Amino acid sequence: MIIPRLALRNLLGAGLRTWLNVVVLSFSFVVIIWMQGLYKGMGDQARVAQTDAEFGGGQYWQENYDPFDPLTLQDAHAVIPESLQAQIDNGLATPILISQATIYPEGRLHTILMKGIDPAQSIVNLPTQFLDQESEELPTLIGTRMAKNTGLEIGDTVTVRWRDAKGTFDARDAKIVQIMKTSVPTVDQAQIWVPLDKLQSLTRMENEASLVILAQDSKEFPQTSGWMHKDMDFLLKDIDYLIKTKQIGGSIIYVIMLSLAMLAIFNTQVLSIFRRRKEMGTLMSMGMTRGKIIQLFTLEGAMHSVLAAVVAAIYGIPLLIYSAKKGWAMPESVDDYGIALGEALFPVYGTGMVIGTTILILLVTTIVSFMPTRKIAKLKPTDALRGKMT
Amino acid sequence: MDNSYLIKTDELVKIFPMGESKITALNHVNLQFKKAEFAGLVGPSGSGKTTLLNIIGSLDSPTEGSAVVMDKKIEDLSHKQGAELRNRHIGFIFQTFNLLPVYTVFENIEFPLLLLGLSAQERKDKVMKALEWVQLADRVKSKPAQLSGGESQRVAIARAVVKEPTIILADEPTANLDAENSHNILQTMEKINRELETTFIFATHDEKVIQYLRRKITLIDGKVAKDEVYDKPTGQGKEQ
Repeated sequence: MIIPRLALRNLLGAGLRTWLNVVVLSFSFVVIIWMQGLYKGMGDQARVAQTDAEFGGGQYWQENYDPFDPLTLQDAHAVIPESLQAQIDNGLATPILISQATIYPEGRLHTILMKGIDPAQSIVNLPTQFLDQESEELPTLIGTRMAKNTGLEIGDTVTVRWRDAKGTFDARDAKIVQIMKTSVPTVDQAQIWVPLDKLQSLTRMENEASLVILAQDSKEFPQTSGWMHKDMDFLLKDIDYLIKTKQIGGSIIYVIMLSLAMLAIFNTQVLSIFRRRKEMGTLMSMGMTRGKIIQLFTLEGAMHSVLAAVVAAIYGIPLLIYSAKKGWAMPESVDDYGIALGEALFPVYGTGMVIGTTILILLVTTIVSFMPTRKIAKLKPTDALRGKMT
Repeated sequence: MDNSYLIKTDELVKIFPMGESKITALNHVNLQFKKAEFAGLVGPSGSGKTTLLNIIGSLDSPTEGSAVVMDKKIEDLSHKQGAELRNRHIGFIFQTFNLLPVYTVFENIEFPLLLLGLSAQERKDKVMKALEWVQLADRVKSKPAQLSGGESQRVAIARAVVKEPTIILADEPTANLDAENSHNILQTMEKINRELETTFIFATHDEKVIQYLRRKITLIDGKVAKDEVYDKPTGQGKEQ
């Protein structure tokens, strides 16, 4: 235990030099944990929002349905099979019919997806109850992004044109009954929501759907011919990948932060070894081995990270808690991320993340502290006492 | 080997490479030191005093010949064994005091005892005893920067003597001190030598030190030119 005691004593004895390094390193601690928390929060928020508004507890896709290929949509529909219909009747699933369409707000053409959904459904978190009204026009629900792009407002009427199952073009006026605010761009951008039965009737696709969304706690996934079950891992794969990509990009910032702190510690170690050669000689004359002196100097450097963890905890914990409660306001351009983020991002910090970051910094600091001390292994006591480096 | 000697050098040679040439610092030195000697290596700069002291202290090893200290052949000792010999049996006093600047007087003196692994109470007792030897009990909490040159050297003596080593090697201990402080610390060292029977070997060319010696070994160009033993300090010597 003598070496840690001496190391701490020497470190504290170095005064301002130590505290400058400690403060810089503590910034790295806080920023790394905050950024990791931000990405974790981003992932969690996107998963929850996407699950609530779009994915439910998994989906069944008609075998031709491919969300990334709109040209296949005209063939991506089929009569809902009995096994899925039973779940729909029990309130455990809701069908969605998707058709390509065109709208003409203020005379401009917009190619969109027209999605039919049961107004009474409670499987996904969309305000579909507004679609439950009788009128000559087609009751239509759109999101704020769609409203912004098309200039549509509640009460506006817009012409919708589509092709029915036989390939015949048809058109009708649609009335905007509600504009929903959602953090999920994939249920908002370039699409309108209409009552399922009306869309089935207009497209002559009676009792048909493109996909069926299951309730979040679904446990039954029957094998159904012509329909493919897509589990949550599959549906959330893109979000996970996106978060991972953003994490890699973000990690560059904390690699830079950590490198700056490590540079300061490396520099301090090199200077310290240079300035304290006589002290090393004295320690050797008192019977300390070179190995013990290397341990002492390495530990002195590594202890910067221990002190930095303490300092980071003092100002970092309140700061991180505040940021987790208040969130981080997101700019509007965040929609371009292609991920459901909402107006504010709430960082999420895990014990594993904090411990992992601490161990990483401790390890890197120890390695950086050890590197300059290798010179001591070749140091002759007589040279050290004369203030020379062997 | 004659076991009555604490230290014995036999045809000791130390050569330092200096670029392409070589400097012979010690040239076939044969010396023996007994327990409780108060001896000094004297001679001009470059005569090999410090080199001999360093080899005896196992801080350096001979190029040729042999140096036996406490029955251990210095040339055969590993770095670790050399460190252990210094830790247990040898104390050093340097011209520039070499105190550890971030530690207090107490902690500086305590340091060798920490390396020996003594308990806190044992350490405290020994440090207080050493402080009494050097009459610095009132400065335990001071840092080296707050001490005068004389006080610093007394702390260095206390640090060397605290583990009650068999041998104390002092390299120009008075070079940075005025006459009064020099006499004070020499009297302290003489007292320790007398009461603890510690062997003191000095490397010096300071007349103030020389007059306290009971054995004066004159080195010139790495060779023993004279080896004089006195019955009492400053007495007339007889050659060995």
